[in-house]
Amino acid sequence: MPTESLPIVEFAGVMKRYGDGPTILDNVSFKAERGDFISLIGPSGCGKSTVLKLISGLNPISGGKIVVDGMSPKGAVEKLSFVFQEPTLLPWHTVEKNVELPMRLHGVAAASRAEVAERCLSLVGLSDRKEYYPRQLSGGQKMRVSIARALSVSPKILLLDEPFGALDEMTRDHLNEELLAIRQQLAWTAFFVTHSVAEAVFLSNRIIVMSANPGRIHSEVRVDLPYPRTEETRQSAEYQKLVAEVSKILRSVERLKA
Amino acid sequence: MRRIPGFLKKLLPALTGVGMIFVWYFICISLSADHRFLLPSPSEVGHAFLEKGGALWGGAVTTGGGALAGFGVSVALSFVIALILSLSPLVRASLYPYLMILQMTPVIVIAPILILWVGPGFRSVTTITFLICFFPMVVNTTQGLISTDRNLVDYFRMCKASKWQEIWLLRVPSALPYFFTGLRIGATLAPIGAIVGDYIAGNSAGGQGGLGFLTIIYSSQFQMGALFATAIVGCALGFVFVAAVVALSWLSLHKWHESFSRTDA
Repeated sequence: MPTESLPIVEFAGVMKRYGDGPTILDNVSFKAERGDFISLIGPSGCGKSTVLKLISGLNPISGGKIVVDGMSPKGAVEKLSFVFQEPTLLPWHTVEKNVELPMRLHGVAAASRAEVAERCLSLVGLSDRKEYYPRQLSGGQKMRVSIARALSVSPKILLLDEPFGALDEMTRDHLNEELLAIRQQLAWTAFFVTHSVAEAVFLSNRIIVMSANPGRIHSEVRVDLPYPRTEETRQSAEYQKLVAEVSKILRSVERLKA
Repeated sequence: MRRIPGFLKKLLPALTGVGMIFVWYFICISLSADHRFLLPSPSEVGHAFLEKGGALWGGAVTTGGGALAGFGVSVALSFVIALILSLSPLVRASLYPYLMILQMTPVIVIAPILILWVGPGFRSVTTITFLICFFPMVVNTTQGLISTDRNLVDYFRMCKASKWQEIWLLRVPSALPYFFTGLRIGATLAPIGAIVGDYIAGNSAGGQGGLGFLTIIYSSQFQMGALFATAIVGCALGFVFVAAVVALSWLSLHKWHESFSRTDA
C-alpha cells in the first residue's frame, strides 16, 4: 500500500566505477515519481546509459543506494523493459514471435503470448506485419517492433537508450508522438537517454542534464507543456523557448568538460 | 552488356555439356589405334552403363548408404562437439589441436587399424567417411555458435534468460547459416570418403561391394569404359548429397537469412 505513494525509482548518492577505473557516476541522487517521463541528456561519457543499467540491476553499484518500486534493482527486474538503439530482433523469427520472446523467456503459455503480442503490435500500428521477418521491415518499423516487444511484459518502467538515434528525423518525430500516445493508454515511467534536445523536450516532463568526468547531475529542467503533445506542440513558443534553454545548459556543460 | 534471357541462362550448362561430349568424341576418334584404349569414347561409356547397370546401381546403393551413415554420424557428432567447444575459449584451446590431428591423420594409414577395430565393410566405410567429413563441419558450426550478435546476447541476459534458453533460442538458430556451410562441404566429401573407404576397407562379400570395390575390379581388368561409368556414378552421388543439403538449407533459411534475399540475387 504505502509503495504507491513512494517514488518508483530513487537514487541516493549513487557511485559507480568499474574495478579501479575512473569514477563513472559520482553522487547521483534523484527521485522519479510514477508516470514521470525523464530524459537523461549530457555529453558522451557522462554516464547516462550507466544510470539505465543500474536501474535494471545488470551492474552492481559501488556506493549509495538505489530503490526500484520499493525493492532492490535486482528484485524489481521483472517490472522493467529495455529498448536499445539497435532493434535487437531475432532475424529468424517473425515480428509476432519477436514480440512474444520476452514472455517466452519468462515461461508464459503460448496462447496468452499470442494475445498479448497482438495487442502490443496494434499499439505500435503493425498488426498487419506480424507474419513479416525483420529483414522485410524498415528501420522505423523494426524499432516499433522493438517497442512492442518491450511493452509485452507490461512493464512499470521503460528504459530507452537512444532508441531513435539511428533513424531519420521524420521517422523519429513520428515515433516520438506514437510513444506518447501509447503512454496515454499504459501508465509506465520512462527513462529516456538521448542526444537530441528537441526530442527530450518533446517527450519528457523532466529533463536531467548530466556533466561528464565524473558523471554528475548538473541540473534538472521541468517541462510543463501539457500532454497530449502533438505537432502543434513543436510549433509553440513555449516549446521552442525550452529547447533553446536546454541547449544553452547543455552547451555550458560541454564547455565545462573541455 | 545485353541481358541474357532467363531460359537461355538455364540452358547454358546443358549446352556446354553437350559441347564437351562432342569434344570428347573428337579426341577419341583422333587417337591412334594403339592409344585408343586410354580414353573410352562416349558410346563405350554408355555401353558400360548398360552392361554393368546392375553392378553400378548396387555399388551406388552400398556407397550411398555408407556415405549417408558416415555423414549422419558426422552431423550429429560435429554438432555436439561444436556445442561443447562453444562453451569457452579454454575448451577450444585445449581441444582444437586434437581435432586438427584427427584431420591431418592420413586415412590410408589408419585404415588397417580401423579394419581391426570395427571390421571391414560398412562399419569401416562409415568410420572413414565420418573422419573425412567431420572437421570442416565442426569448425563451421563452432564458428557459428561463437559468432552470435553481441547485442542479442546482451538482450537475452537482460531478460534473465537461462543459459539453456540462450543456447537453444539464440546461439543455435543464429549458427544455422554456418552449420549449413559446414554441411555443404561435408556433403561433397561424404561420397568421396565412402568410395575411398570402400576402396581400402570395403567388404565385397555377398556382392555388397561399393563403388570403391568396383573401381578395384574394373581397373584390374582394364575396363576403361566401366571405370569412367563408375566415376560418373560417384559424381552423381555427390550431386545428390549436395542437392539435398542445399534444399534443406533453403527450407530453413530462405525466409529470414540475408543470403537468400532477392534484392542482391
